[in-house]
Amino acid sequence: MSRVAVFRREHFNAAHRLFNPAWDDKKNDAVFGKCNNPNYHGHNYELEIKVTGEPDPETGYVMDLKKLSDIITENVLEKFDHKNLNLDTTYFVNLNPTAENIAVVIYGILRNKIDSALDLKVRLYETGRNFVEYPVD
Amino acid sequence: MHYLCKNFQSMVYLTRIEHFNAAHKLYNEGWSREQNEAVFGKCANENWHGHNYELYVTIKGIPDSETGFLFDVKKLSGIINGSVIEKLDHKNLNLDVDFMKGKMCSTENLAIAIWGQLSASLPDGVQLHCIKLYETPRIYVEYFGGQ
Repeated sequence: MSRVAVFRREHFNAAHRLFNPAWDDKKNDAVFGKCNNPNYHGHNYELEIKVTGEPDPETGYVMDLKKLSDIITENVLEKFDHKNLNLDTTYFVNLNPTAENIAVVIYGILRNKIDSALDLKVRLYETGRNFVEYPVD
Repeated sequence: MHYLCKNFQSMVYLTRIEHFNAAHKLYNEGWSREQNEAVFGKCANENWHGHNYELYVTIKGIPDSETGFLFDVKKLSGIINGSVIEKLDHKNLNLDVDFMKGKMCSTENLAIAIWGQLSASLPDGVQLHCIKLYETPRIYVEYFGGQ
């Protein structure tokens, strides 16, 4: 039977700051620019989760997208939506909340909540023009 | 010829779209934490949250007979960036913005404040018609100057 990819889009609105605490202000400003604002800035993040597998012969589903939405909501959105990624989550205490690192974290959160027979990919839009994907093929 | 002249005298709206990414919270310092959470929900997070705001600035007028322009859009973009975007982009609206001090940082109040910033910066003869501000793709406000 053919493999099919199914997608679910969700969103979360969050504040963050990009900086390396081991560097001085000058180096952080030089590397991260405005993103280093110590008072934070924010984004409407758009999250696209891709699950790939063979449709179940009884249901026709690769995965029930309502269940996927619930998994994303409970395990990702409730931790990140309307939050400050640097201050309100445990994931970015020692990790810079770049879009890259956020995507890797989200993959790690979701991977063991979704059947391991299904492939999983995370695409995260920080803005309409900047987005990241993990893992890469 | 009469038809062309009639159309050329018509009022036209011209819109420039800009964007800024900012942190904010909805929190009334005169209220308890409980009241803030009851009224503003998640938006009251004291550590802030954020948005990619999309700003639509609309001016109106009759196109100039020599240029065909209502107003040079590159100049309009420069004015919007100088008087608004540079003060808001990658900033904390509650802490970093002089024209939002003492105000609740709702999208409504931000649209009104942006109108104020722009109307002070646009040249005479350029008439501001509308500020449309998207907080998210699903939530936006429009302000027409309070007339």
